[in-house]
Amino acid sequence: MLKKQSKRRRRDVASLVTLAVVLVVYLVMQQLINAGIINAFLRGIINLACINVVAAVSLNMVTGLLGQLVLGHAGFMLVGAYASALFTKSVGWDLSLSLFPSLLIGGLVAAVTGLLVAIPALRLRGDYLAIITLGFGEIIRVFAYNLPFTGGPGGLSGIGTLTSRTNPAGMFNYLFPIAAFVIFFSYTFGTSRSGRAVLAIREDEIAAESSGINTTYYKLLAFVLSAFFVGIAGGMYAHQIGIIAPGKFDFNRSVEILMMVVLGGMGSITGAVISATALTALPELLRSLGKVISNIPVLADILGNFEQYRMLLYSILLICVMLFRPKGLLGRAEIRILPIYDRWRNWRHNKKAAAGKGGGAT
Amino acid sequence: MYYVTQILNGLGSGSIYALVALGYSMVYGVVKLINFAHGDIIMVGGYTIFVLLGMNAPLWLAVAGSIGFCAVAGVVIERVAYHRLLNNDAPRIALLITAIGVSIFLQNLAQLIFGTNQKPIPKMFTLPAIRVGGMNVSNTLLNIVVALLMMAGLQLLVNTTKIGKAMRATSEDAGAATLMGINTNSVILFTFAVGSALAAVGAVLYSNTYMQIKPMMGGMLGLKAFVAAVFGGIGSIPGAMLGALILGLAESLSVVLGQSAWMDAVVFALLILILLFKPAGLLGQHMKEKV
Amino acid sequence: MRPIELQVEDLSIYFGGLSAVEGVSFYIKKGQIVGLIGPNGAGKTTIFNLLTGVYAPTRGDIYLEDKSLLRYKTYQRCQMGLARTFQNIRLFKDLSVIDNVKTAMNRQMHYSLISGVFRGPGFRKEEREISHRAHELLEVMGLDGFAHDYARNLPYGQQRKLEIARALAAKPRVLLLDEPAAGMNPTETQELLATVKMIRDKFEVSVLLIEHDMNFVMDICEYIFVLDYGRIISSGEPAEVRNDPRVIEAYLGGDALEEEDA
Repeated sequence: MLKKQSKRRRRDVASLVTLAVVLVVYLVMQQLINAGIINAFLRGIINLACINVVAAVSLNMVTGLLGQLVLGHAGFMLVGAYASALFTKSVGWDLSLSLFPSLLIGGLVAAVTGLLVAIPALRLRGDYLAIITLGFGEIIRVFAYNLPFTGGPGGLSGIGTLTSRTNPAGMFNYLFPIAAFVIFFSYTFGTSRSGRAVLAIREDEIAAESSGINTTYYKLLAFVLSAFFVGIAGGMYAHQIGIIAPGKFDFNRSVEILMMVVLGGMGSITGAVISATALTALPELLRSLGKVISNIPVLADILGNFEQYRMLLYSILLICVMLFRPKGLLGRAEIRILPIYDRWRNWRHNKKAAAGKGGGAT
Repeated sequence: MYYVTQILNGLGSGSIYALVALGYSMVYGVVKLINFAHGDIIMVGGYTIFVLLGMNAPLWLAVAGSIGFCAVAGVVIERVAYHRLLNNDAPRIALLITAIGVSIFLQNLAQLIFGTNQKPIPKMFTLPAIRVGGMNVSNTLLNIVVALLMMAGLQLLVNTTKIGKAMRATSEDAGAATLMGINTNSVILFTFAVGSALAAVGAVLYSNTYMQIKPMMGGMLGLKAFVAAVFGGIGSIPGAMLGALILGLAESLSVVLGQSAWMDAVVFALLILILLFKPAGLLGQHMKEKV
Repeated sequence: MRPIELQVEDLSIYFGGLSAVEGVSFYIKKGQIVGLIGPNGAGKTTIFNLLTGVYAPTRGDIYLEDKSLLRYKTYQRCQMGLARTFQNIRLFKDLSVIDNVKTAMNRQMHYSLISGVFRGPGFRKEEREISHRAHELLEVMGLDGFAHDYARNLPYGQQRKLEIARALAAKPRVLLLDEPAAGMNPTETQELLATVKMIRDKFEVSVLLIEHDMNFVMDICEYIFVLDYGRIISSGEPAEVRNDPRVIEAYLGGDALEEEDA
């Protein structure tokens, strides 16, 4: 018989294993980037994937946990991007000093914006909440076009970045740990009493209220946390790309983030992580695949010009997921360490038992 | 005189919004779906006209063809994208996401076929010039008259015909309507067809007024029409018309005030204020969840 | 004399000029099981909604142990000791059975958001306690075997029980049950009867219940109020109410009651 372990010990072991895996992945990738084995092209994809993971996981907090559709997430990302970029540009410190505070500032300004939007918006639900957030997102964009310090339609350029010839992993060293932290935060939040309250509101707001849950508070909390993290994603984006413009944070961007959440499964963090990574990497990888197979004309043309087909494909994907797998690829399930660990223990146990038996027979 | 022409301009573009808003309002009234793709139907209509006129088709054929094609497109979209979800009583969030998907699909398909740039539309209707303050307003008047006629026609259709009664019944309670022997599926299809045909009429007026079209034109226009429908009270036909005309006026007001850069913000601010303070709109009814 | 736990005075609400509840006054003593009965549409659930703050009354007042509840919101009234179930079961369907119960214990935990996210000592201690109590509660309600199932997968009768368990998790002083026996077969109803009495004794709560099953009401309630067209038309102990001609009149010439008696 398998020895029964205490629940708490098992959970601690699982957390440690997860932490170790994340650390190893981080260090290995960092070394590969420094050694140039992961080249600039792949590095760009990885960095962007980290940013999109943060954006998707943050949207999942309102759309997955709270169950409310938000169509203006790009607006909060814009606020974070501008606030963070304006900070590093104006203080003029060395970026390795100012980047982290600038991300926090980006997140905080986005959170405050989120609060200002949420106070009126959360009086509505469902379709109307979605539409009103879309409205706020567009208004934020119009502000970015017209305010004196945002650079108008051209936006801001010359934003510093940490990645350089001598330090190729400069941005990665920030982006990957932040993404890991946001995933961690989102998971532990979801399994704390606050997260339980938010989930209860998603399931049935009236029953939650009748069970003593201050629904207004928890709805605001989920919304503001979500805006905070996507604001950080905006700051990360600004310093990764170096140029930001209002047009980069339009309705299509909101839909793209939503797509990552929907595809992975609304409510599933691991789902959001996987689909954010896949949707970031796929277009780039397909495009470079198009270059490789340039001798097959039609296919190469399609893949080479993938940008043109990208949104078309996304929209078809979006419709098909809603029609045939409305809960997304993972639904609300998570990929966890414990079940994998259990399976491994079982497998080892069975193997030992089999070996023991085999030994007895001969 | 400047103000009079600006008011007329506002009413003219408001009339185009109205034709789209009517469809939004109708579809929402019957199936409680914010059909995000509805704004893009006007783009489909515009390109149909562009193609037909490009093939030297007579004007009447281009107009009729556009209306017919859009009606069919509306029905196909309902069948392919929404039908399954509507029949399975899917969560509203799933319906809305699908509708967004359809909208992006239509925009990008048009971009792929016709390119991202705008296409010119040749002059369509030759009307006697009516001058107000030195500006020819005959096209603007045409827009207003056509929109009013369409609204009146729709009002008659919904309130006096048998299919109109079936639409109202389906809107009230689809389940009960089915029990009463109404084929709600065909009522829904009919609603999509009529709504899309109205958007095509909007496309005709749009092409005639602005003389150019582009793949993304439906996005903002559709959103504004939606704002108009909500403003007027979604589900209400005269409400959609009223909302759209007020929206058009508000837009031309921001032009008069020299604030056109803030125009879109004004429109959405309007939407937010209505949703917060009068979610039923000017002429609509509000429903509350039962405990 | 047992003290009065919940008191309602002259409670009235109008919807668009029509009175749904008109001048209703009653009280519940500590540890009492009180029935609120009446024909369909008499305003029983509306009274529950008024008590829990889903609706604000047009007139009148509600006191929980001398304290007026009117200025408190629904969730605050629950925290003060007024928990309810719903006529059409409203569980958190996609949460586990145990999480349904834990959700209602939210206010009995005090650890901060940060402690929750970083699994601080406060989180560990309080979550352990809550988990223990939630299991105990499920045990009492005979649901512990289902603790980690989704609430939506429970059989109907168990769903009703889980709703009661969730209401109890909030440590109420008064438990409001909206048609707890609806849709149950006679065996299940008998079980429920025992459960409600057990709850009253074990958790020291007062119970106000709406019910159509007359046998159930007559068996369990110490006192009954009869509502018709939003007004209380009769009240008293089961035997008194049963023979009140006004009550028989309200129930369509008494068919309902006579049938039950037969």
